[in-house]
Amino acid sequence: MSIVENFDLYAPRLIDKEEYFSAGHRACQGCGEALAIRLMCKALGKDTVVVNATGCMEVISTMYPTTAWNLPWIHVAFPNAAAVAAGVEAGLKVMRRKGRIPDRDVKTVAIGGDGGTFDIGFQALSGTMERGHDVLYVCFDNEAYMNTGIQRSGATPFGASTTTAPAGVASSGKGQWKKNITEIMVAHNVPYVATACHSYPIDFMNKVKKARSIKGPSFIHCLSVCPTGWRVPSAHAIKMGRLAVETGIFPLYEVEEGKYRMTYRPERIRPVEDYIKGQGRFRHLSPDELTAIQKRITLEYNKLLDKVDNLHSWGELQD
Amino acid sequence: MSKRIGMEIALAAAEAVALCKPDVVAAYPITPNTHVPEHLSDIVAEGRLDAEFICVESEHSALSACCGASGAGARSFTATSSQGLAYMSEIIPIASSMRLPVVMIVGNRALSGPINIWNDQSDIMYQRDSGWISMFAANGQETIDMAIQAFKIAEHRDVMLPVNVNLDGFQLTHVVEPMEMPDQKEVDSFLPPFKPIATLHPDKIVSMGTLGLPEIFNETAKSKDEILKDSRRVILEVWKEWEEKFGRKYEPIEACEARGSDVLLMTLGSMGETAEVAVEEARKDGISVGLLKLKLWRPFPFEELRKAVKGCKVLAVLDRAVSYGGPGGPVFSEVRSAFYDMQERPVVINEIIGLGGRDVPVSDFRKIIEKSVQAIKTKPEEEYEIFGVRGS
Repeated sequence: MSIVENFDLYAPRLIDKEEYFSAGHRACQGCGEALAIRLMCKALGKDTVVVNATGCMEVISTMYPTTAWNLPWIHVAFPNAAAVAAGVEAGLKVMRRKGRIPDRDVKTVAIGGDGGTFDIGFQALSGTMERGHDVLYVCFDNEAYMNTGIQRSGATPFGASTTTAPAGVASSGKGQWKKNITEIMVAHNVPYVATACHSYPIDFMNKVKKARSIKGPSFIHCLSVCPTGWRVPSAHAIKMGRLAVETGIFPLYEVEEGKYRMTYRPERIRPVEDYIKGQGRFRHLSPDELTAIQKRITLEYNKLLDKVDNLHSWGELQD
Repeated sequence: MSKRIGMEIALAAAEAVALCKPDVVAAYPITPNTHVPEHLSDIVAEGRLDAEFICVESEHSALSACCGASGAGARSFTATSSQGLAYMSEIIPIASSMRLPVVMIVGNRALSGPINIWNDQSDIMYQRDSGWISMFAANGQETIDMAIQAFKIAEHRDVMLPVNVNLDGFQLTHVVEPMEMPDQKEVDSFLPPFKPIATLHPDKIVSMGTLGLPEIFNETAKSKDEILKDSRRVILEVWKEWEEKFGRKYEPIEACEARGSDVLLMTLGSMGETAEVAVEEARKDGISVGLLKLKLWRPFPFEELRKAVKGCKVLAVLDRAVSYGGPGGPVFSEVRSAFYDMQERPVVINEIIGLGGRDVPVSDFRKIIEKSVQAIKTKPEEEYEIFGVRGS
């Protein structure tokens, strides 16, 4: 059963009508990331400070003197969203303690793309998670450096053609597998880690709400379809996100205090070909390469199910 | 009442910063400045300072966290040296551009390579054009005083710029000196609480650090330049108030025996103290020599400099950094530029000394004075010299 069944019926009641990430920004048509941010903000509500890493979202939303943000927002640089967020959180905490700002919870949320999270911002992210700041970090992963023109990142999937790992006679695009950032965050022993996708809006928003309510660091890895970089029609952004989940390439799950839970489990896992064939970035792949990808995806999915079935929560393992 | 203390200068700097009640301190260990954040963490651990001390995983994150905290409206402080400062350098011009009044102490140390932990000023010179107010302490007392003044200058409504206070690594950071430490009441009466113009809070929404397109970029550059230049007025006001309250005078250029002297030395940082001894000795020997101690590096005190050299025949600028492939030392470059439009200007020579911790004893300053005296008659051939290079 789909978790977004009867979405049209429930959505108006479930989703905040307030727009915190407002229309008029300059995102490409069909941008999954802009949609995901809009949904994230609705789930977070007004008592939020957003810290943005350099990237598409910062560029398209804040061309001076305009801003799309109806939330307090700061951008400093590319690699440091997590570190800036640590400072914002520490600042708000100490000023609240000293009575200089109103005595209520304001959540600090850092956002970054896959480049700003998996690669250049990785050290700052690790530090902020390790130090236990009360910060939610949401990575909007569109699987390449899209802002600079579709270059390969640590999040680019195996076989995708990018402008720095292009497919050609002597190359099949990126020759390495995607870094598993979610598991790396789990290894930081933070209380809440989840994957999400804008194509499953209620699931994503529920996860944002849960992460927001948790005191301490949390991380959401949100797959965000980039029609421009993935070479898909802009009308296919939602469909591609759903196919990523239904093929098992991007399973939706959460890890709450060590306990793994699938938040959406497709009844039947579709072949990865269903996802890959519609995307220009994979157009060059041979049947053998497709088989290799299928094999790897099945293995990773089964590894995840094994964790879901067998790992216990910290509470259960105590004593 | 101020208290007479004897203390390592880095620790005294931390005590002075604590008197300013920073809300957030973010720092990463690096020699030779480490004792500053170490001691601040002690002060926090002892419960003497109510602050969030963030043990960041890099200097890049130290200044990033300070930017976030300052944006939120918290008084923020960091300290670093050399490679740490270089590692921060992506964020340094952003902090000034965003008008975040972060205060930073820099324990000056040579930039690699070769790797070297000892003093020169190449680290801060590498950040020269970053839009920060930059001042140099010559001794422990100036370190304490400037650390406190820095917050007041940085947070002034007409300034709102970050400030770096420089003290020479080891030469100052690790030296025990007698100093006057102001008490909390005195600092409270001098330094008002931080009242930011805009903060990151949902009660009043702002966007900070937005994208500047070519259509507005020249304008942002001009405003940064004008604000930094105009900060001179506030710096002088704050120094005047400091003198009235604490009796210690601060000027962009401190002149010692300068008026009427044929030769002047110009120093930046702790070398001014040794140079002063050499100048006193030389004067006893009948040599007409004085000393200019540059304290304010940015905004550069062009006016004061032109006034200070009136009547002098040779000015020897002592640099503790090299502008490789350029005009010699960075101070020298500024000084010559300042003199270009003067009808009567002194001969300017440049001696680059004390790199990577190379000791510069009084006798070396005497040699430089000697060379300067000769330059009154014969203009030296080379524009600048890296002093005391073996084999040359």
